[in-house]
Amino acid sequence: METMNVKFAGLGGTGVLKASDIFAEVVFNLGYDVKKAEVHGMSQRGGSIASDVRYGNRVESPMIPDGTADYLIVFAEDQIPVNQAALKPGGILLTPKDIDLAKLPNEKALNVAMLGKLSTYFDFPLDLWESVLKKLFNEKFHETNAQAFKLGRS
Amino acid sequence: MLSFDPNASRMLISGNEALALSMLHCKVQLATGYPGTPSTEILENFSEFGGKAQWAPNEKVAAEVALGAAFAAARSVVTMKHVGLNVASDVLYTATYSGVSGGMVWIVADDPGQASSQNEQDTRNHAKAAVCPMFEPSDSQDAYEMLKTAFEVSEKFQIPVILRMTTRVCHSKSIVRPTGGLEALTPKFVRDIASRVMVPGYSKPAARRLRKKMEDLEVWNVQNHESLVVEGSNDLGIITSGICFHHAREAAPEASILKLGMTYPLPADVIRDFVKDKKRVVVIEENDPWLAENIRALGISVEAKYDPVFRFGELDVNRVKRILAGEKTPDPEAVKGKPPALCQGCPHQSSFAVFKELDCIVAGDIGCYTLAALPPYSAMDMMIDMGASIGMGLGLRHVLPPEEARRVVSVIGDSTFVHSGITGLVEMAYNRPATGHVVVIVDNSITAMTGQQEHPGTGRKLDHSPTYKLDYTEIAKATGIDNVVEVNPVRDREAFKTVLREALSKNELSLIVAKSPCILALKSILAWEKANKEAAAKQEK
Ligand SMILES: Cc1ncc(C[n+]2csc(CCOP(=O)(O)OP(=O)(O)O)c2C)c(N)n1
Ligand code: SF4
Repeated sequence: METMNVKFAGLGGTGVLKASDIFAEVVFNLGYDVKKAEVHGMSQRGGSIASDVRYGNRVESPMIPDGTADYLIVFAEDQIPVNQAALKPGGILLTPKDIDLAKLPNEKALNVAMLGKLSTYFDFPLDLWESVLKKLFNEKFHETNAQAFKLGRS
Repeated sequence: MLSFDPNASRMLISGNEALALSMLHCKVQLATGYPGTPSTEILENFSEFGGKAQWAPNEKVAAEVALGAAFAAARSVVTMKHVGLNVASDVLYTATYSGVSGGMVWIVADDPGQASSQNEQDTRNHAKAAVCPMFEPSDSQDAYEMLKTAFEVSEKFQIPVILRMTTRVCHSKSIVRPTGGLEALTPKFVRDIASRVMVPGYSKPAARRLRKKMEDLEVWNVQNHESLVVEGSNDLGIITSGICFHHAREAAPEASILKLGMTYPLPADVIRDFVKDKKRVVVIEENDPWLAENIRALGISVEAKYDPVFRFGELDVNRVKRILAGEKTPDPEAVKGKPPALCQGCPHQSSFAVFKELDCIVAGDIGCYTLAALPPYSAMDMMIDMGASIGMGLGLRHVLPPEEARRVVSVIGDSTFVHSGITGLVEMAYNRPATGHVVVIVDNSITAMTGQQEHPGTGRKLDHSPTYKLDYTEIAKATGIDNVVEVNPVRDREAFKTVLREALSKNELSLIVAKSPCILALKSILAWEKANKEAAAKQEK
């Protein structure tokens, strides 16, 4: 299969990297070759960040070339212009506007809600998403995450 | 916290995690270093696996500790970022002469694109200048394997070896299938004065021995096929190393590719053989045209990237396509993202607001607080390398007219002070400027910039267990500083301002420790302290 490119972007400290970790873990568990690229180091102080996940039969560069992202998930509206060039023509852009934010159990769970939305584009087993979310989060967030994920899917 | 099971047979891990795992499997007996993006997590992960990992005050000391272990026939690792090798280069340039008895690998992480560094220097120049064998992994599996090979080379040829990482290889995740490590070494001391005491009488023959080792290593490099050839069309051959291998394969799937694993010394015969039947050969590499120049020096003709454009920044698939097309136009302008800024409530905000209010000339240093050079603060006037704030401040003081000299203050973080600020204090008391001088340690009780590492001033080791806590005020007194004051720049902001104003007004030497914790680290610091107290109480019982 062709390599699939999924890019997560936003501001440091808003769960962007965590969301990309979860997605990468899901496709890893499905047996694909997976690569994930991100630059961290100074991002805790609110600067722009992005994380690329690529999967398929064989992935070469870990970085998504501009103009080839199948999905671009942006967690802050003002970060869309910064990342727009990544998207391929006809690629899918997901933003917080795709979520009913009033129903979000906790604003920190936006990343999980966005993953819920993203999950509707793939036919990956739901219980895999759920088990990865449980594995990569502390138990005290499991309940909120389950709600947020469901909200994203609705 | 580990996010993967180190006992799994297939894992999705970063290059840094892969190195830590390989260190465990290679039974590394001592790993030391100083934090620096993108190398920091290697030691942290190794410690979590149960390996013996420790932070040193700086890279030079770390390298010396690791060298001592390797003289004792142990297997050791020292980690640092590229600029750390400048600090430790004095060790490297003669440790290649002496050689080692065990195995010693220097993991040095370059930062093409300067994601988090003050320059974009290329470690491959150091490897050649110091005559140190070097490997360049391209992904996590490669990092895992090459560390093992680096030890095999180090132990067979009795020489330190550099494993050159780059930001993308350190921080990208890819799949690793562990393949097993090495038998443990048994440390012992065997006297060998002529090899390890580098006085001219012994080091002159050592220099010749070293060159002979490099000749043997080149033969080894050719015979062991540390290079990988991807067969493709004869119309285009690509010579590359590290992460660029993957960019190149994607950018030119039809091309033949020679991926060099050990890039110093180069396997000349392998390269000659590769280029022989190719119509066109292009070298794909980041930063300096290092491979291209060294391959040309072998008398082999290759094309290099167009330097004025492609020397700078990271490469990616699209840039590699542009290089292969011979393009010379500037890269398309990217939309600028939001730069990082000091956290809301960061203690540095308060300190730097005061420097600004007092119209100080700030000789600055490296850490989170360097962000105070950017608007809205614009309150740092210079920053070059770790520890430089004190020396640069003294230089300004020596030559500026007195009324300007009295505005100069050297501002340095706590971790940076321990790294290389102490000798600055010695200089300050030894060559005292006529107007005196003022140093402020902006002490947030952690190495914040690189992600909250311990250092000798926190009183806790890499794994957060307790140890002796360095006392900055005692050091300052012992070096001959006239006035030493500790003050909280957040809680007692006005007091901090008064102390600083007074210190600037007199012709004396002052050290002000502006102490207030990093708010991002505070919760962890309290938890570590609590755990250590409880452990101590338990032991007393
Ligand atoms: C020689 C060298 N080693 C490591 C680094 C990476 N580095 C930059 S600043 C810094 C330490 C910052 O700690 P501190 O001085 O306590 O300031 P803070 O970030 O906590 O404000 C490190 C490790 C570097 N730039 N140069
Ligand atoms: S991490 Fe700590 S020191 Fe760095 S900006 Fe944030 S609060 Fe300040």
